Amino acid sequence: MTVDATAPPGKRMTVPPPRDTLGRRGSVFLSRHRRLRLTLLLSAPLFWLGLIYIVALVALLITSLWTVDTFTGQISQTWTLENIITVLTGSLYQTVTVRTVGVALLVTIVDIVIALPIAFYMAKVASPRMQRILVIAVLMPLWASYLVKAYAWRSVLSQEGILNWLLAPFGGESPGYGLPATIITLSYLWLPYVILPIYAGLERVPDSLLEASSDLGGKTVSTLRLVVLPIIWPAIIAGSIFSFSLSLGDYITVNIVGGANQLLGNLVYTNVGAANNLPLAAAIALIPIVIIFGYLATVRRTGALENL
Amino acid sequence: MKRYSENRRGRLPSAVLTGLAIASVAVLTACGTTQGGGGGSEGPKAADELGKTEGAVSILAWPGYVEDGSNDPAVDWVSAFEDETGCKVTSKTYGTSDEAFNLMKTGEYDVVAASGDASLRLVAAGDVAPVNTDLIPNYEGIYDFLKMQSWNSVDGVSYGIPHGYGANLLMYNTEAVTPAPTSWDVVFDKSSEYKGKVTAYDSPIYIADAAVYLMAHQPDLGIENPYALDETQLAAAVELLKEQRVNIGEYWSDYLKEIQAFETGDTVVGTTWQVIRNSLAEGTKAEVVLPEEGVTGWSDTWMIASEATNPNCAYEWLDYIASPEANAQATEYFGEAPSNQAACDFRSEGSCESFHAGDADYASKIWYWSTPIAECLDGRTDVECTDYSAWTTAWQEIKG
Amino acid sequence: MRLSRAARGILGGLTVLVLAGIYLPLFVVFVNSFSTSTSLSWPPPGFTLEWWAKAFRSEGALDALVTSVQIASVSTLIALVLGTLISLALQRYSFFGREAVSLLVILPIALPGIITGIALNNAFRTILGVQLSIYTVIVAHATFCIVTVFNNVIARLRRLGTSIEDASADLGAGLWTTFRLITFPQLRSALFAGGLLAFALSFDEIIVTTFTAGAGVKTLPLWILDNLFRPNQAPVVNVIAVVLVIVSIIPIYIAQRIAGAEKIVR
Repeated sequence: MTVDATAPPGKRMTVPPPRDTLGRRGSVFLSRHRRLRLTLLLSAPLFWLGLIYIVALVALLITSLWTVDTFTGQISQTWTLENIITVLTGSLYQTVTVRTVGVALLVTIVDIVIALPIAFYMAKVASPRMQRILVIAVLMPLWASYLVKAYAWRSVLSQEGILNWLLAPFGGESPGYGLPATIITLSYLWLPYVILPIYAGLERVPDSLLEASSDLGGKTVSTLRLVVLPIIWPAIIAGSIFSFSLSLGDYITVNIVGGANQLLGNLVYTNVGAANNLPLAAAIALIPIVIIFGYLATVRRTGALENL
Repeated sequence: MKRYSENRRGRLPSAVLTGLAIASVAVLTACGTTQGGGGGSEGPKAADELGKTEGAVSILAWPGYVEDGSNDPAVDWVSAFEDETGCKVTSKTYGTSDEAFNLMKTGEYDVVAASGDASLRLVAAGDVAPVNTDLIPNYEGIYDFLKMQSWNSVDGVSYGIPHGYGANLLMYNTEAVTPAPTSWDVVFDKSSEYKGKVTAYDSPIYIADAAVYLMAHQPDLGIENPYALDETQLAAAVELLKEQRVNIGEYWSDYLKEIQAFETGDTVVGTTWQVIRNSLAEGTKAEVVLPEEGVTGWSDTWMIASEATNPNCAYEWLDYIASPEANAQATEYFGEAPSNQAACDFRSEGSCESFHAGDADYASKIWYWSTPIAECLDGRTDVECTDYSAWTTAWQEIKG
Repeated sequence: MRLSRAARGILGGLTVLVLAGIYLPLFVVFVNSFSTSTSLSWPPPGFTLEWWAKAFRSEGALDALVTSVQIASVSTLIALVLGTLISLALQRYSFFGREAVSLLVILPIALPGIITGIALNNAFRTILGVQLSIYTVIVAHATFCIVTVFNNVIARLRRLGTSIEDASADLGAGLWTTFRLITFPQLRSALFAGGLLAFALSFDEIIVTTFTAGAGVKTLPLWILDNLFRPNQAPVVNVIAVVLVIVSIIPIYIAQRIAGAEKIVR
């Protein structure tokens, strides 16, 4: 299985006839059997994702139909809809769901709004050298540990913190700990995950296309809206999946900067960790699962997933 | 930090002696008995005698309880144990009692340091075995007021060795909260005065703090024990906590968070631990007080898993950590009062006093964390009490 | 579309502003790593090198770092293989259930970490009956890392088309040879970018890790969490973060160089 790639320049390269090895025969066999090739490609990943992930998810969902002996903490496998009904009817879960989705949506919007101009600058304005530096600058904070960054924001947002110190001359004030602080911190944490796909998407927009648009009389705004946006839309969606879903399940940031608030993640965590009530936790987990599936279905209709 | 190494050097001879003594016992009873597991309906039994050590032990504990010097070479009481007994220690830490309870279910741990809000649940779940205190020479040195209490024994059977204890005190900013409070009313009925700057411990067990307050201020409710609340009593406590929720700035469970909040003034009043007060930066205007209503508190217990793979090393650990020297190191590092009467000789000066170690009168004002169960802990039989899962649900509703 | 000078200026200004916002908290972390305050209070009351000294003597931090690198490397490797396979399959073939497969890849990252965490925890312990260990963490991490590789590789494959591969096959090269000599070199930078993101994702993951790590498995984020709970250890954590940020320049820079070099070649 070798190809003579070192033929001297100038001479016409001749391909030696393939040797009849076992590997060669396999290769020929495979190239004639498209289905088999596909099966071989897919079997390992599907085995992994299907057997590990899907089975685990389904098992979790089944657990939500069981109950738990509250004192010994053992799960008893009696079928009941009790947990699901509790979650669907309890006002606590409704309040927290609305709050969580609100936070996740706002985080996503904030991230996209921040990411678009910087990604555009990186991809279309900056020199190649500057571009490289900017990508590094955006990626570096990823390595500073989630917890350290969340605690840094706790320090920044404190009433004695650097934000109050910076804003005081302008009559501004830190929002203190609470939902706004949670939104700020989460947006901060997921921002690189949103900038990168949008930047990559913008890079794929050929400059010639933009020029053609303006040659044809397109104004900047209409070029952006009619030419750029449709091309980078899938990239925006890809970024939003990160920020939306990472926010939807977070329970650590809200503990650190969220004041007395709790999100869906906290409810799930408390029920697994504190109450040791896996069935109820699984039932609560259904809420974000449904929301995410709804979200994915919506964006799929826009064709965004196809081009992810 | 130097004192640790000095201590270690200072106590090696006695440690060697203990080691030898234990080794000889082990030789005498060499026919390795294991834990009497699978005891049918009676549950796990305590060991009658010790066998040969297994060479390893796996421990689940609060952060700061099992330090082997890997975080700070000066903070190390595990290496000495490993040298003495040949039991290699692996440990995992947990953040809340509930996490501990959950982790014990994995069956991966031989020993757990459990607070009272986990211990009874562990017993009921059959996850921990009774402990034969005769096999633990250092048990004798433990304060009597900690032995055989409702959170470390069941029906006169001991389930573990007391480790350290402390109170959930009231901390206040001396500038913002005047006059100096003597009652919990500053975080309950008067909490609106400090709206947004009140803090409370983030756990269902905090409901007991409200119950302690109600015991004094609403005697009609007839609360005898803050961990034994019937439906009406729980409802009253939840009502109180929901009123408080409006004024809460944030709940805390890790103490870095509370230390920061008090130093910056984001929080001015709320429950605390003595160690948090001691860790505040110099010049922070905060004091602690044990309010007149009494307080809740914790007394941790070293317990042995019923399915322990290394029961003999587990017993070795229980004895070692109850020794005055190790007990002193561990409890001082964590910031709580020791359980061993002689431990204060090995702690740095003033540290025992600040935690009121051995002060039986102070200790008597503490309602130690216990797991609320359906069978009322105060002995009432005419009514069913609310259990921990009811408290958890209530706590989530309170936070809203 | 030609941007006016003003528009460029505004974009540049916004970029600077965003970068300032990104680096403000990191600046706080940096300053706090020299602070005498153990609770990270602001402004720092004094200057000390104590935490830097402590951090470099801390075996716990070093062990945790090694564990994290091991886990991140192995899961990235698995993700690279599986992600490449799946993107080849999805990009080069159309088949029934193709969309379902692409959904399946996204799912582990799209569903919140806590759900992935408890689902895998439950599956490992009760269905498979295996003890939690470092391997369970690797399996979990690899599962949600596949998507970053997949995203990068499939985008590249789409751009490449199949003409060069077809030429290679026409000239008689076998499938493997074509992949090795034609496809793979063209994918290299995409693989590197995807792998880097996967590595970062795994390296800093805490929620899924909490639920899938066995006793004694301490990744760096878990170590950091622990130390925030320990008395007087918080500033050490800042030192670690600063060091990580600085060290991270190296792999990112390499990735950039590879990508940049390719661009010139093209």
